Amino acid sequence: MRYAVTGATVLLLLFLLAFAGPHLTHWSHTDIDYGALREAPSADHWWGTNRIGQDVYAQVLHGLQKSLLIGLLTALTATVLASLAGACAGYFGGWTDRVMTFFIDLLLVFPAFLITAIVSPRLRERGWIVFVGLLAVFGWMITARVVRSMTRSLKEREFVRAAQLMGVHPLRIIVRHILPNVSSFLIVDATIAVGGAVMSETGLSYFGFGVQPPDVSLGTLIADGSDAALTYPWMFFFAAGLLVVFVLAVNFLGDGLRDALDPTSGHPRTRRRRRRNGEPA
Amino acid sequence: MTAPPADVITSARTDAALAVRGLHVDFDGPAGPVPAVRGVDLTLRRGEVLGLVGESGSGKSTVALAAMGLLPRTARVRGSVLAGGTEVLGAGEKALSRLRGRRIAMVFQDPLSALTPVHRVGDQIAEAVRTHQDTGRDQARRRAVELLDLVGIPDPERRARAYPHEFSGGMRQRAMIAMAVANAPDVILADEPTTALDVTVQAQILDVLRTAQRETGAALLLVSHDLGVIAGMADRVAVMYAGRVVESAPADELFAAPRMPYTIGLLGAVPRPDTDGRPLTPVPGSPPDLRLLTGGCPFAPRCPLADEACAADEPALAGTGGHVAACVKTPGPEPYPVPEPLPPARAADAARDELPPVLRVQGLAKTFPVLKGGVFRRRVGSVYAVDGVDLDIRKGETLGLVGESGSGKSTALMEILRLAAPEAGEIELLGRPVAALTRREAHALRGSVQIVFQDPMASLDPRMPVGEIVAEPLRAQGRGRAAVAGRVPELLELVGLEAGHAGRFPHEFSGGQRQRIGIARALAVEPELLVLDEPVSALDVSVQAGVLNLLQRLKHELRLAYLFVSHDLAVVRHVADRVSVMYLGRTVETGPVGEVFARPRHPYTQALLSAVPVPDPARERARERILLAGDPPSPVVRDEGCRFRGRCVLYAGLGSAERSRCEGLRPGARESGAGHVVACHFA
Repeated sequence: MRYAVTGATVLLLLFLLAFAGPHLTHWSHTDIDYGALREAPSADHWWGTNRIGQDVYAQVLHGLQKSLLIGLLTALTATVLASLAGACAGYFGGWTDRVMTFFIDLLLVFPAFLITAIVSPRLRERGWIVFVGLLAVFGWMITARVVRSMTRSLKEREFVRAAQLMGVHPLRIIVRHILPNVSSFLIVDATIAVGGAVMSETGLSYFGFGVQPPDVSLGTLIADGSDAALTYPWMFFFAAGLLVVFVLAVNFLGDGLRDALDPTSGHPRTRRRRRRNGEPA
Repeated sequence: MTAPPADVITSARTDAALAVRGLHVDFDGPAGPVPAVRGVDLTLRRGEVLGLVGESGSGKSTVALAAMGLLPRTARVRGSVLAGGTEVLGAGEKALSRLRGRRIAMVFQDPLSALTPVHRVGDQIAEAVRTHQDTGRDQARRRAVELLDLVGIPDPERRARAYPHEFSGGMRQRAMIAMAVANAPDVILADEPTTALDVTVQAQILDVLRTAQRETGAALLLVSHDLGVIAGMADRVAVMYAGRVVESAPADELFAAPRMPYTIGLLGAVPRPDTDGRPLTPVPGSPPDLRLLTGGCPFAPRCPLADEACAADEPALAGTGGHVAACVKTPGPEPYPVPEPLPPARAADAARDELPPVLRVQGLAKTFPVLKGGVFRRRVGSVYAVDGVDLDIRKGETLGLVGESGSGKSTALMEILRLAAPEAGEIELLGRPVAALTRREAHALRGSVQIVFQDPMASLDPRMPVGEIVAEPLRAQGRGRAAVAGRVPELLELVGLEAGHAGRFPHEFSGGQRQRIGIARALAVEPELLVLDEPVSALDVSVQAGVLNLLQRLKHELRLAYLFVSHDLAVVRHVADRVSVMYLGRTVETGPVGEVFARPRHPYTQALLSAVPVPDPARERARERILLAGDPPSPVVRDEGCRFRGRCVLYAGLGSAERSRCEGLRPGARESGAGHVVACHFA
């Protein structure tokens, strides 16, 4: 529980920093200060400037905005997609399963990078939200396969069978019984997916398919600053540090959420004692 | 912890094959060490059979594992285990390897996981021989065949070349016994050797175990939760509770005159196949958490005789003439409150025909395809799981459905509960044929038939609070929020739980309580028929009695009909009004429970009943057993004739003309006496 609170607090602070922080300085991420190239942090440029005189503080915070949104939204979309598709395929079996599995395998063998590279320039004017969609579409398949196999074994469990025999609607069984019982995996997987999404965004942006200048993300900033990591560390380490903090916070939140949702984890001693003051068995 | 007098130890040690002294075992838990065994003393002489009885968590298996030196490294062990004069505890791997197999051998519960699947059975036994004896490969192999013959495996020469998966469960356990006696050990440890097996196979295995023990003159430590098995096998019995031996006596004396209230409770709680109508006396509460023991008698919270003296100090074993008990009281004849006998719920048999039928099944069949091939799967055969099942249940009646594993009980249940047209035959629920039901009608009818599953942990969603679980069938039937909120506490109280516990999760309850939750859920929509699929077989005896009594009470109060499926004939005898016996997917005998148990007609029923162990040593020894040869044939082959004839005692004694009838003609159901139906040509 402590971890979850820490994670959530840090995440909240990051959002606050990303969206309120830019208003504290008069520099915007596109402004260029020709009088200060590669300048170390100072009273005027808090986190220094980069090689063409842009304010690193303004740039990093702007990049953080993008990365937070892209990372979280991609992970959320991919996980929801994966859990629904996987659970349906596993639960209904038969033709539903075959068609779904075929589709999943098809997407897995598609060269995701190539397709993103071809599609993203055409959709550039729609903005980064399309980019989130693209990342999510290519990021849910493996999770879905795992969810499918977990569902298949859960389906054989007696509590699912009991619900079927009670006449509970199949979709309701999926939502009430199957998904809660795979939630531990989904949460852990989603927290990893957040980091993965930021990384793939970085990779794609580096090759010029994702976030394009003058817009920036943490990924593009890290890519630009990595050469200068040792000589002008402020260009690299602020962006990289925030990314690490972001991914860690999400992982903490995930761990905490998983424990909070699992009634069997937690405080075995107090629970056991409660059971002992019970009544006839 | 007071040790027995010194002279007892020395005299025992001289001829003791196994001597356990002051054994303590602690396991590492997340919150400090968890005691599992708290001071056990056992002495096992050559040629003696010691039965170690206890419920789950009593530490009986841990004692056996400690004696083999098989405890995990994280276990902290104190005390002494002498096997033929050699100390086992603290011995190095090398010394242990010399000891295991030669001095002590073990037979495990699960014979499938105890044999290596990739080696031939004969080679595995030969390996056991060669490990301890300096013999050649061929000689060891010949010895393996001899041993397989000793444990009664037919055609041992050929069978020695088979792989474990080609053996049935019973044969694997025989192979394990062969391996255990391969080096003529001083002590054989058998840890629940028959728990995973069917009754008729259990009878065979116990017989083999007895033979093997007699042939080798070894001492046998038989660990079991089944009082019947112990009664039939053991010379002496030690009862364990909460990690200690609480009573130890010669078998006859222990079963006839138990002294410790826990033993009395166990014997009063176990249903017996040879008596009926005796109300079971459940032991209240559940076994204590060994981490939270306070120093008094660990049984005191559940004991009807407990007072302040019991809470003060843990009593030591005391007594005379080999009968010792850890109790400061001298219990009277009936220390437990006997539940009031319920007035007979069902009218006499004559009126049975007038009762409205709840479930009628005729000639039910279900086959599963045997598929082959990868991409293009084609059907290469069928498994005839259910092939001619007839059932008839009237209002307020309990039908016990009995059969061994693989007899198709569960498949038959699922076919009935599917509420759809069966593959063959007819199912009528509340007088309506299910084949003709529309989807909507079937959904409405789901409310009138509910099921209680075997495993109370698996059948409750671990992520749902109990209140939600119980409310689920109500919601599925479309009841309103207010109706659900009102009904849930009512249901919990009906099954003997507190209404305030609705917010707790299943893992916070004990096994018996969980099964009560399962029953509450099934009763939520006021069904007419409750299908109970092995409802007590996952529970300990002392808890099982409480659940059985609850079922009896509910049936009486709510006029329920039960379809009670069980492999435990003693339980069926106790709860059922009528009983139906299945063999390989077919109903072979049906009738009033007293009639079938007293005068079984079908040879299979006779064998089944004679194989059920009775918790009474005198009776157990005097009983004539009909041991069935072999295992049930494969259900993939559909036989024109009687499917039982390969194992049938009656068939073996028939002339050739009569035999051809068994081979060519499937026996139909014949009436023999009032409501007693048998499917046999010659019974």
